Amino acid sequence: MTSRDNRRLDLILAASLFALVALPWYRIRSGFFGLEWVPDFFSSEKLWPGLLQALNGKWQLLPILVLVAAAVGLRVMRKPGTRGAAMIAIGVSGLAWMLAEGLAIGLRGWNWGLLEALFGDVSGQPAFGAGALMVVTGFALMIAFGAAERGALKGDAFVLGAITLLILLVAVFVFYPLVSMFSGAFQEFDGSFTTEGVRRNIVDPKIWSLGCLAGGNCGVAWRTFFLAICTATGTTLLGLVFALVATRTGFRFKKSLRLLTVLPIITPPFVIGLALTMLLGRSGTLTNVIEVATGWELGRWLYGLTGIWIAQMLSFTPIAFLVLIGVVEGISPSMEEASQTLRSDRWRTFRKVTLPLLAPGLANAFLIGFIESMADFGNPLVLGGSGGVLSTEIFFAVVGAQNDPARAAILAMVLLFFTLSAFLAQRFWLTGRNFATVTGKGDGGRHISLPKRVAWPATTIAVAWAAFTITVYAMIVFGGFVKVWGLDHSLTFEHYIRAFGIGWDEGIRWTGVAWDSFWTTMEIALLAAPLTAAVGLLTAWLIVRQNFPGRSVFEFALMMSFAIPGTVIGISYIMAFNLPPLQMTGTAVILIACFVFRNMPVGVRGGVAAMSQLDGSLDEASLSLGAGSGRTMRKVILPLLRPAILAALVYSFVRAITSISAVIFLVSAKYNMATAYIVGLVENGEYGIAIAYSSVLILVMITVIGGFQLLVGDRRIRRREERVSPGSPINKEANA
Amino acid sequence: MKAVKLALLGTLVAMPGAALADELNLICSADVVICEKLVNEFEASHSDIDVNMIRLSSGEAYAKVRAEARNPQTDLWWGGTGDPHLQAGQDGLSAQYKSPMLDQLQDWAKGQAEVSDFHTVGVYSGALGWGYNKEIFEKKGIEPPKCWADLLDPALKGEVQIADPNSSGTAYTALATLVQLMGEDEAFDFLKKMHANVSQYTKSGSAPVKAAARGETGLGIVFQHDAVSQAVSGFPIGVVAPCEGTGYEIGSMSLIEGAQNPEAARTFYDWVLTAEVQSLMPEAGSFQIPSNANATPPKEAPDLSTIKLIDYDFAEYGDADRRKALLARWDEEVGSLPVQ
Repeated sequence: MTSRDNRRLDLILAASLFALVALPWYRIRSGFFGLEWVPDFFSSEKLWPGLLQALNGKWQLLPILVLVAAAVGLRVMRKPGTRGAAMIAIGVSGLAWMLAEGLAIGLRGWNWGLLEALFGDVSGQPAFGAGALMVVTGFALMIAFGAAERGALKGDAFVLGAITLLILLVAVFVFYPLVSMFSGAFQEFDGSFTTEGVRRNIVDPKIWSLGCLAGGNCGVAWRTFFLAICTATGTTLLGLVFALVATRTGFRFKKSLRLLTVLPIITPPFVIGLALTMLLGRSGTLTNVIEVATGWELGRWLYGLTGIWIAQMLSFTPIAFLVLIGVVEGISPSMEEASQTLRSDRWRTFRKVTLPLLAPGLANAFLIGFIESMADFGNPLVLGGSGGVLSTEIFFAVVGAQNDPARAAILAMVLLFFTLSAFLAQRFWLTGRNFATVTGKGDGGRHISLPKRVAWPATTIAVAWAAFTITVYAMIVFGGFVKVWGLDHSLTFEHYIRAFGIGWDEGIRWTGVAWDSFWTTMEIALLAAPLTAAVGLLTAWLIVRQNFPGRSVFEFALMMSFAIPGTVIGISYIMAFNLPPLQMTGTAVILIACFVFRNMPVGVRGGVAAMSQLDGSLDEASLSLGAGSGRTMRKVILPLLRPAILAALVYSFVRAITSISAVIFLVSAKYNMATAYIVGLVENGEYGIAIAYSSVLILVMITVIGGFQLLVGDRRIRRREERVSPGSPINKEANA
Repeated sequence: MKAVKLALLGTLVAMPGAALADELNLICSADVVICEKLVNEFEASHSDIDVNMIRLSSGEAYAKVRAEARNPQTDLWWGGTGDPHLQAGQDGLSAQYKSPMLDQLQDWAKGQAEVSDFHTVGVYSGALGWGYNKEIFEKKGIEPPKCWADLLDPALKGEVQIADPNSSGTAYTALATLVQLMGEDEAFDFLKKMHANVSQYTKSGSAPVKAAARGETGLGIVFQHDAVSQAVSGFPIGVVAPCEGTGYEIGSMSLIEGAQNPEAARTFYDWVLTAEVQSLMPEAGSFQIPSNANATPPKEAPDLSTIKLIDYDFAEYGDADRRKALLARWDEEVGSLPVQ
């Protein structure tokens, strides 16, 4: 053991020393990986490593040198087992000092007036660069290895290291931005402290007024809340109808119904809203038909909460369906059979047995609908009318002519309060109840089919809604091929050619206007997807397989980022990562980080579900044969987790392409994403190209998902062999 | 197999922007088509400079430039109403630069530069007015409004759209124009009365006329060139310059203070002010008046000499405090009225 202890300590010490003498300590503007800095490394002061910087007047780096030196001393003087506490102390003080000096000294000297008064002037410093980040990692690992040498978690350094690094990452990419956003509310843009903005906004009647009850305007917070309740109710009911029709009727087109539910998930935002205006707006196709037939004047009823509600129903019903179908299928038929044996008819059974058993699932779908509606950005932007909702108000508070970051922060806090309350309600109230439907007893028998008086209306509603969805999508396809949507319906390929044209002039020339953002999107989505899967599954493994103090807090903190709406993430990221110590705005890194930490919770959930199906004896066998936990993870767990890996890959890939609310704040001239580009097109009325671009994105996603699906299928065949082994019951549904 | 995968990954990562060239980070606050036209033309004539362009509305652009004040990521900001450009100049966010092209510019464009102490310059200009949907007015049998006062006609109930001045520079220009035309109290009185006819205060400045073009509303108060471009794309839009007189915008351009590529930015700055480049603009559907006196103005553009322009006081109404006070009053007296 001791040689291993020394070996890994040597590794991080060597890395830290290397970072201190050979890597630029501060951030390089042209980028580190371009390696353009190498030739100027010695001549340019800005590129010097930490050691030279410290000797050259950056006194704030001296404590770091001292700490690293102390760690080297520890390695030489003391034996493993006697130095754990000291290592932890060095690591913690190193991280604390770097945090303190990084936050205190900005580009132009002290960040806080108080420090300047105390210590006098100091020269400014740029953001952390490669050298600094490597040393931070070194300190973090020092804590983990110190704990391992003291025997925590059976001295498993890999697990401890993974936990420490994950905590560090989550702290940096989830909590630090939130804290910056809230502190940003109290800052003027030159950095000085003020409470004026917060005081003005927190009581603003435009947020909190309940005037609509008395015929006036309601505040945006209540409007959003009301909309979210309506959307959640509507999607839950429709989702239930779909789930019942798909599982408990003789309806013939069940397969197509399922396919329909996938479409909205991979549709870029705005598209549904756009199609709705062309269909139901004042001069929409359907509106015209109705007006001609009936002579009513329908007008502009679509704009405002009604329109947003319809668009959200179209977008989020599939999610409610996916949640509910599992629950509907999961209900044990024996309960219903018992009810019928006791001479209840089918209607009474449905009312008194089936529905109550569905309650937790319904509540779950309701809460997801609530959170999704609160966080929705694309639909309200297109259909919002005069009054926006919280997410759009936040956006315009930042980018509008009023330009009030304090207001944005307050609105973001209100939004976060709503979604987190819903999330907490789900955690604490529902988790206890969910078990009620899973009996674990023998589930022989078939589900009874729906009673007639439910089946007919349900089928009718499902068919009508499906027809409506199909019409909306037909409009979308159509819109890409007509000259000017709503005016000149002659067919043309013009939009596709303008967006995706390819020229031939000494090699391929990507002449289409969409190519730049398209390649950036693909590049970032393809980079983010594996990272998301990796971080998510590593976390899942730690949660399921490792027992460490604070595990449930750890899990909760990770899952919480799921409830943070995209707009809030976007704005908190620019507030946190535009200035030292960490500066990433305008790079691809900030987009990737945003996607990874936003989508990771789903990877974690999938991983936890899949991992609880793998018997622990597999790990134990590997461990008792002498493999470390890192090796066990790589050689045993990962190969068995392929479906979960692929699910996480697909999900993060799709979300990276279709999300807009966070992205719109983070794109830059160099890294523009497809959705942000499409928003610009929509804003300028270039509907044809916007739709052509969106259709291409949908096709690309279907192709990629299809590719992933093939790989997943490959895994399913092998599962049959595993089923034979006792003790590893595999439940396909839980995996889905 | 591994090698193949690596190679694939490598090409994916290396695909965009492999060539090493000078960079220019450009924010463009005009129509995306115009922005792309500019970039394509510039890259064609300056193969050594790689342009990274992003389109942001002038409000967004100002927010971005301000947010990055201590650490600018942008080199040049082209287009968008003059107010935020003047504001940026006042805040010290934009750099001073006297282009050699200055002599060739129209007086109003030079005026913009002088007012800002050469922190910004006019690149195009356009007058405020409105566009109305001819079909809707014909169907409803209403006479199209010719003057600001006509907008109060009860027959127009629910047919007027204008942007929210909190989020749109266009609407702020309209607010300031009315204040200068009528006096502040009278202007707010007018807006309160007009509210009865307004169906929606949009977020983006040109959205009202796009809604009018597609028949979603009858009339949109916008810059006339935005209305013209809808008419040129074939929508049944009529363009009106109000009879009492109207305000105008000076679309501007600013170099960002502390930019990373000042050389490339200045190259673009001078290039875009030339008559040849500005004469290209109509091809991209831009119908503003170019700022270079020698450039050919688009034939569809509203002729500034026939429009009664007010003597718009850019210094006073571009001032941050004045602006804040006007917007606060708008919020209190107009924005808080019940939605129609």
